[in-house]
Amino acid sequence: MREMIRRFGPGLGGFFLALVALWIIGMVLAPNLMMLNFSLKPNLFPADIGGPKDVYTVSNYTALFGDSVHRSIFLKTVWGSALVMLATLAITYPLAFWMAKVASLRGARAMLTLLIIPFWINEVLRTLAWFIILSFNGPLNAFLLGLGLIDAPVRWQGDFGVLAGMVYAYILFMLFPIYNSISTLETAQLEAAKNLGASGLRIHWRIVIPHAKAGIATGCVFTFMLAAGSYVAPALLGSPGSRWFTEIIYNWFFEGGNWNRGAAYALILLVLCMAVVMVTLKLFRVNLADVAK
Amino acid sequence: MSHSVELIDVEQAFGDVKAVHHFSAHIAGGEFFSILGPSGCGKTTLLRLIAGFTEPTKGRVRIGDKDMAGIPADRRPTAMIFQSLALFPLMPVWENIAFGLEARGVAKAQRRKRAEELLDLIALPGYGDRMVHELSGGQRQRVAIARALAVEPQVLLLDEPLSALDLKLRQHMRAELRALQKRTGVTFIYITHDQSEALAMSDRVAVMSAGILQQIATPQELYANPATPFTARFVGETNDLTGTLRGLEAGLATIATTAGRFTGRTGLGLEDGGRATIFIRPESMSLSRIEMPNSLSAKAVSLEYEGAVAILRAVSDHGQELLATIPNRNLADAPQPGEQIWLSFAPQEALVLADA
Repeated sequence: MREMIRRFGPGLGGFFLALVALWIIGMVLAPNLMMLNFSLKPNLFPADIGGPKDVYTVSNYTALFGDSVHRSIFLKTVWGSALVMLATLAITYPLAFWMAKVASLRGARAMLTLLIIPFWINEVLRTLAWFIILSFNGPLNAFLLGLGLIDAPVRWQGDFGVLAGMVYAYILFMLFPIYNSISTLETAQLEAAKNLGASGLRIHWRIVIPHAKAGIATGCVFTFMLAAGSYVAPALLGSPGSRWFTEIIYNWFFEGGNWNRGAAYALILLVLCMAVVMVTLKLFRVNLADVAK
Repeated sequence: MSHSVELIDVEQAFGDVKAVHHFSAHIAGGEFFSILGPSGCGKTTLLRLIAGFTEPTKGRVRIGDKDMAGIPADRRPTAMIFQSLALFPLMPVWENIAFGLEARGVAKAQRRKRAEELLDLIALPGYGDRMVHELSGGQRQRVAIARALAVEPQVLLLDEPLSALDLKLRQHMRAELRALQKRTGVTFIYITHDQSEALAMSDRVAVMSAGILQQIATPQELYANPATPFTARFVGETNDLTGTLRGLEAGLATIATTAGRFTGRTGLGLEDGGRATIFIRPESMSLSRIEMPNSLSAKAVSLEYEGAVAILRAVSDHGQELLATIPNRNLADAPQPGEQIWLSFAPQEALVLADA
């Protein structure tokens, strides 16, 4: 802070600090505190607000755990997001390694371009494309039927659809941090390990993954948070059996008209995401500053 | 006896560029063999071929009488010391050293024990739990050597491992490497662009230029009887005078140059009337104030005192730079800059080689 004022002078430096403060207080703290306040009050008619019924309560929080449907959707969102994270990692890690250490410069660039081009299209439209591909009478079923791999069309939409759509949507968030961190690994280390007789698996386990762990942790954190907070993919590619917790929150706000309950659910999701970030960072022994890099 | 290494007509091309042309060499088991050449001459490519990181485009690599075609780097009896050392920065020193044993499935207690033994060997006892970044350049160097020796390789491949060290340490490590090689009996193949390193340590040296093998010889032979003009110029300092060959007899060749006629020993590939160059080492030049047979008239330019000897720089009457060493005991007789002198040499101490 002092550095900032020293460098830009009290006028400009103070202005920058005021902007940051405005951002944090106005855009982050205040809305969340308002949400917290909402979540701790019962849902009342406008006439009752400020009246004797307007008291603080935790009933909006206990409601989630009391409602077996909501509870199971919440838990499903947690492990579903974890699954998305793991599936994305499993697909991305070999790809990132190939791009950073195996492919020629031209090959890596071509792959990167192919991966980025779809992201020029709006997320809803991209998800809609998956909706068409995965639909009951859609191209994927037609293709598999044509090959004779399946006897009857499969209902891909639902759990599988949500998983596929999210992995696809978040792959770059996983790819870039991992690719960046593997790129900084000295190739001679891989050769040295191989020269000493290490198998490919051991080279990854002992050399590449420890080196890239900050990137892997960053990618996992991003992917988990985006998946847990995702709305479009489950709404389009899901089925009644694969509803996502964000849809429940949406319903409380905009269909149930119960902002208090919605605020409580949203805060629970926020706490969950923060817990996952902390646990992941602890697990990888990485601190928040490494992720920010 | 450790394994021999045989390179049979090896060729390596990257696209249209040939990094190594028709290279053949037989390196005996337990030999300290150096490959010497300027950077970009293909010597590292050759080392990577032996290690198995690349397969030759043509030709064969045999280690211990076994053809290495199709055998990947992790299953060859070689260990390599990289120019950058390539130590693993996230592992403590002992795990670095024991990494090859870990890859071979040796139990942890035994790995640790072996690592400690090797730390004793490289005179770094008790350093096992340090991290690589806590070590000095010379210590890292030794850890890299221990890591390579831990897998008990038949052949140790060293890619300019001393180039990052300062002069004193480099000279110390030279002696240490040589002693280590004698003690372990492992075949060493050592890559360097530093001719004094190659001459000081090796049993034999291969000189390479632009992917082409120039000569394989002992250090003494290489210095006294270079086979090609490249080797003559690259190994040690030399004076050279180019001209046309005018007469070959009894092992002596005479060439006519713009500075006069000179006689030296006959080298390879000489043809009467062809272009040839005579090479004279600075220490073979003698200084005089009168004209002698086989002498050049020149003007002294400078005298650089180096302790044991002084280096006299002179320019011949035809504008060519000349070098002569003057031993300490003759220093009183050294010419002043600008003085006109004669530099002469015995025919037995000069060598005439055909121009390529």
